[in-house]
Amino acid sequence: MKKFWEGSQGVAEAVKLCNPEVISAYPITPQTHIVERLSQMVADGDLKSEFINVESEFSAASVILGASAAGSRAYSATTSQGLLLMAEVLFNLAGMRLPVVITCANRSVSAPINIWNDQQDAMTVRDSGIIQFFAEDNQEVYDLHLQAYKMAEDPDVSLPVIVNMDGFILTHAYEPIETITQKEADEFLPPYSPDRKLDPAQPGTFGVVADPNWYMETRYAMQKSQEAAKRVIKKITREFKQKFGRFQGDLIETYRIEGAETVVVAMGSLVGTLKDLIDEERDNGKKIGVLKVRCFRPFPEEEIREALKDVENILVFEKAFCLGLGGILYHEIRSALYMSSCRPNLKCFVVGLGGRDIPKTSLKKTLDSFGPNLPDLNFVDLKEEQIKEHLYVPVS
Amino acid sequence: MSQLAEQKENLIAPGHNACAGCGLVLAARLVLNAAGPDVIVTNATGCLEVTSTNYPYSAWRVPWIHSLFENASAVASGIEASLKAQGKLGKVKVIAQGGDGATADIGMMCLSGMWERGHDILYVCYDNEAYMNTGIQRSSLTPFDASTSTSPSGKASLGNPTLKKDMPAIALAHRLPYVATASVAYPQDLEKKVKKALSITGPKYLQIHSPCPLGWGFKTALTIKSAKLAVQTGLYPLFEYENGQLISVRKIAKPQPVEAYLKDQLRFRHLFKNEEGKKQIEKIQELANQNIKKYGLTG
Amino acid sequence: MWLQPGKLSNNCKKFMPRNKTYIAEPGSSVGNRTGSWRTEKPVFLNKKCTDCKLCIILCPDGVVFAVNKVYQANLDFCKGCGICAEECPTKDIQMVREVK
Repeated sequence: MKKFWEGSQGVAEAVKLCNPEVISAYPITPQTHIVERLSQMVADGDLKSEFINVESEFSAASVILGASAAGSRAYSATTSQGLLLMAEVLFNLAGMRLPVVITCANRSVSAPINIWNDQQDAMTVRDSGIIQFFAEDNQEVYDLHLQAYKMAEDPDVSLPVIVNMDGFILTHAYEPIETITQKEADEFLPPYSPDRKLDPAQPGTFGVVADPNWYMETRYAMQKSQEAAKRVIKKITREFKQKFGRFQGDLIETYRIEGAETVVVAMGSLVGTLKDLIDEERDNGKKIGVLKVRCFRPFPEEEIREALKDVENILVFEKAFCLGLGGILYHEIRSALYMSSCRPNLKCFVVGLGGRDIPKTSLKKTLDSFGPNLPDLNFVDLKEEQIKEHLYVPVS
Repeated sequence: MSQLAEQKENLIAPGHNACAGCGLVLAARLVLNAAGPDVIVTNATGCLEVTSTNYPYSAWRVPWIHSLFENASAVASGIEASLKAQGKLGKVKVIAQGGDGATADIGMMCLSGMWERGHDILYVCYDNEAYMNTGIQRSSLTPFDASTSTSPSGKASLGNPTLKKDMPAIALAHRLPYVATASVAYPQDLEKKVKKALSITGPKYLQIHSPCPLGWGFKTALTIKSAKLAVQTGLYPLFEYENGQLISVRKIAKPQPVEAYLKDQLRFRHLFKNEEGKKQIEKIQELANQNIKKYGLTG
Repeated sequence: MWLQPGKLSNNCKKFMPRNKTYIAEPGSSVGNRTGSWRTEKPVFLNKKCTDCKLCIILCPDGVVFAVNKVYQANLDFCKGCGICAEECPTKDIQMVREVK
């Protein structure tokens, strides 16, 4: 059945289908609508869940850590500053192999403070061992939450998952969403049953000290699980397609990439705008396609290499970058292509930081002015006069 | 008859790396034996955690989890919620533990949140009056004029210049149904308080004075004597509040002068060197007198 | 499960199941013989003992036990702190220097 929902309502409804026993909530724009809706569902008796209003995001993550360790499926949502505040706990969650799901409504990080969308927040925890997805539209967000729990709880994976959705752009946008019934969800996602949990019937000591003789192997094991996750993600998305008829890609999605000489790469809602642009370009006879990176961690190196072989020009659009280095997705793709024989014109285009609007015309202009002599790191729609008037920028 | 001596099996096994004579691990063993095996314990980072869980060895015979330094109470909140969702909360109790640093400093935010939300959790603070695990640094529960490695006595310093943070008062401000202090010197009293706390539904706070031979500077055999003197001088009053009302105190038949407590600890040795130190001892005596008056410890 | 002190060497062989991350088995610390730390050991004279059980209660490591009212310490783990001797009301425990 199709519903016309705000993105955050889609998230709440998807989470409801997953029946988490414990939800922890702390308000932060733009994810607040998600926890508000979940709170109303619990208040109306529609969702049997322990809804904990915590005193900070740090505690939000710690509460779901405890709940998951005690054997409950657990959920929280956050963004930006909240994600950074809970960073310590995120590493803990991954290291303790607890399969929680966190929705991150991507927002820029302070300072200066800015509540609008970019993907810098999720990027900062890319080393944590947490599986990360970036959703293109609200249908995908809805579907991803069900897939996320199944992925996280797979015995070969056992890692937490962050589902990223662009703040405001997706969270606050109304879109038609094809819904799933509780019965169908229960068939797809069985109840959470860990093999070890905190239980007086079978006591165990969790969160031990691992001295230099013991620590390294746990990180190796996590790496192996991240690698296994690639296989598990493919399996689960195929299962989802079989059951519900929808497939938005597994680790990546390619759009009109056959015979393309130029490919634009992006993550998140920007992919939607790029798909529109590429349709126009294809109509004008350009050989051009879109590569959507759907799963950022584990990084789908082989899949990207395979998709981009024989492509001459690659434009990587990013809503975050690593200060002091350059594009993040850009550098990861560049490393992936190091192992292939082709040497395309590969450039990074940082766009939309702090929620700056990304009109199709700007993307078209970037596409038209692309050439091999551009610098590696480019900023789309950078306001030069503003820099001259308001900021001090040293000469390089 | 006290259950302590009849305990068939300690719920903290030997073979952990706590110092000989450690007051903290003694307090923990007494708490766990009084609580019984149907508990889930969360622990903050600190001496207790580090000495007892060096993989593959674990001294804990109950389900136990350590996450981070500051979130033992938040993790316990999550466990309590999970048990409630699974319908097990009455049968299985949740205990959150931490040292004085983990409780009164870095863990204040999570602790306050847990108390305010009213989770059914007993929080035990093992008060050895400094960050012992990292090498005896000053915490907000370090007593007045104690010498620690970050508040050392010296030509220009008399040791820690601040008073102990009144954690029981903070607990009472959160309207906890049960707030108590205890000491390893009085194990039966400690056992009674743990059992009473666990029989009450809601958040509970128990602060246990746990002398540290290494950090305070006394011979390992004198842990209990030191703890006893702290109570007998009035410097560490033992009391119980139920629903905000003071319902019991441990009376002192004959209050000892604070010197008796201070003189055998290296951390207070500097107070016995000169006239200025003597003045400080008078100030400390004043603190003890205030406690005696406030809680009615004599008569 | 009552852990018999004195049979600990057999208990050192412990079954460690493979988990996703390290989860230590309960009471596995008995594999770590802290008795090697001490320089003095408690000798229980069992002459003036009044069965008050303070030595059992106050031992930080919980290694004092009694079999048929004969008190002793598990020397595999006793760290020689001396609290039992100090607190015994009849001074029935003596700390004796150990020469190895």
